[in-house]
Amino acid sequence: MADIQELQRIASQVRRDIIRQVYLCQSGHPGGSLGNADLLTALYFEVMENDPSFNMEGKGEDIFLLSNGHISPVFYSVLAHRGYFPVKELATFRQINSRVQGHPTTHEGLPGIRIASGSLGQGPSVACGMALAKRMDGDDKTVFVLTGDGEQQEGQIWEAALFAPHNKLDNLVLIIDDNGQQIDGPTEEVLKLGSFEDKYKAFGWDIMHMDGNDMAETVKVLKEAKAKRNGKPTCIVMKTEMGKGVDYMEGTHKWHGKAPDDELTEKALAQLEETLGDFPA
Amino acid sequence: MLSLDKLQQTGKKATRDGFGAGLKAAGDKHDNVIMLTADLRGSMKSEDFINTYPDRFIQCGISEANMMGVAAGLATAGKIPMTTTFANFSTGRVYDQIRQSIAYSDKNVKICASHAGLTLGEDGATHQILEDIGMMRMLPGMTVINPCDYNQTKAAVQAIAEHHGPVYLRFGRPGWPIFIPEDQKFEIGKALHLNEGSDVSIFATGHLVWYAVEAARELEAEGISVDLINIHTIKPLDEAAVIASAKKTGAVVSCEEHNKYGGLGSAIAECLSKSAPTFQEFVATDDTFGESGKATDLLDKYGLGIKDIVAAAKRAVAKK
Repeated sequence: MADIQELQRIASQVRRDIIRQVYLCQSGHPGGSLGNADLLTALYFEVMENDPSFNMEGKGEDIFLLSNGHISPVFYSVLAHRGYFPVKELATFRQINSRVQGHPTTHEGLPGIRIASGSLGQGPSVACGMALAKRMDGDDKTVFVLTGDGEQQEGQIWEAALFAPHNKLDNLVLIIDDNGQQIDGPTEEVLKLGSFEDKYKAFGWDIMHMDGNDMAETVKVLKEAKAKRNGKPTCIVMKTEMGKGVDYMEGTHKWHGKAPDDELTEKALAQLEETLGDFPA
Repeated sequence: MLSLDKLQQTGKKATRDGFGAGLKAAGDKHDNVIMLTADLRGSMKSEDFINTYPDRFIQCGISEANMMGVAAGLATAGKIPMTTTFANFSTGRVYDQIRQSIAYSDKNVKICASHAGLTLGEDGATHQILEDIGMMRMLPGMTVINPCDYNQTKAAVQAIAEHHGPVYLRFGRPGWPIFIPEDQKFEIGKALHLNEGSDVSIFATGHLVWYAVEAARELEAEGISVDLINIHTIKPLDEAAVIASAKKTGAVVSCEEHNKYGGLGSAIAECLSKSAPTFQEFVATDDTFGESGKATDLLDKYGLGIKDIVAAAKRAVAKK
């Protein structure tokens, strides 16, 4: 049985790390990162069977791939606290000579990263490949992949959306971060996405919904999705709030890719409890 | 040691047939070799592999971008995926997928591209890519190989299965003379010396190697001694072989079924300009798209014929 309060405490530290990472380099994407702190905490600390000693192939492990690579601060914080690499390395985010690159990459050898992402729309295809390999190898573990909602405007997404059901990849879980925002504004204004449920159902996926900022619900739905083996891939339409946890960042696209100044950083950190210890700046 | 008199046509088959034979051999040896295609299995001459290993064949449909990503995922899990489609759809159409998910992500994916260049023929310019070597050569860490006949292609496929890292393997559609000995060893990154000579160096890749052999025979008959070198691996380039030959002859011709920009000719010029500046003639397409027609007619029309190589060699020699 999951200790929801403990997971929430971890997520609070992850949110602090996100703010402090982007503040230190005055660069990066805090909005979507904050919105996904609960999801990644739930995956890495409760739902997935994963090994922080890290091997690239991930045989016998559940896999997570981040397709919307710009929310790297949340990914890095969760990986570091899970033990993939030293937490102190978060201070090097986006700095020269760092493994903690602006967007995730395998190129610098940072443990926990299996594919570079940043150019959008590519993660689901890679996840299909990993899910196929698991089936070929008789490995019953699950592959999770996260995309943004704006990212669903990429054409390659829909190639993968056809491929996964055709190949009955029921060990694949696609999570769409449905926060309704992208860089240029609300998705409704930039390019309407319509109903993810209708679209993915029509493509042959199972659909689930969850509030990605409700830790108990997130854990429950992810565990159900992971347990499913019914010949169909699963798409979880996950409602989150961009900027969740920092009042002035919530519900707006304005903090998609902008770092707070001294005063606003202080204001943000005052709202987020330090639970595991801040990384040294 | 090979020489012009030993380079005789022993048959005629397409390089894509060599791919199919090499894939089957690589699949027999490595149970993690996986073939992917984007609705072009028939064109890839790989039925032998597919029928023998149906569970290691993945049909992606007309979704090349997804195919590259699926291959990256398979490679992450320790497979050796070989993607297959035409060269045009293997490169320009999916450049960003190759760049991010394969090259930058250090994935062991083999991009196997048929129907490259003008010799695709009647389908015309939409399908006749002449820029692919340049695009692939620019990607950090990408190995670029353009074998010249059935035997060399078959050997190359087996070699890339043994090599760890992303590879672009470029081959073609038409039936083409087989002339490389069946037992000739294929070493990635090692130039193959086809004839020892002293007046002019001819570096050739792909289909034009056979034309270069025929051109060299004509030149030798006219008293021009040809140092003929097959550059099957354009990246990494065998710089030592290129420099040694250029220093010996002082005149260079590059031959390729590709635009004059970015391909073999460029690679050789980049190499020689650093340490052995040499007059060079480029037998390549002249910054143009192709058109419909028969393969050999197109090679002649676009300046890639045997007579064009002969003329280029004479120009190079005259500049010395």
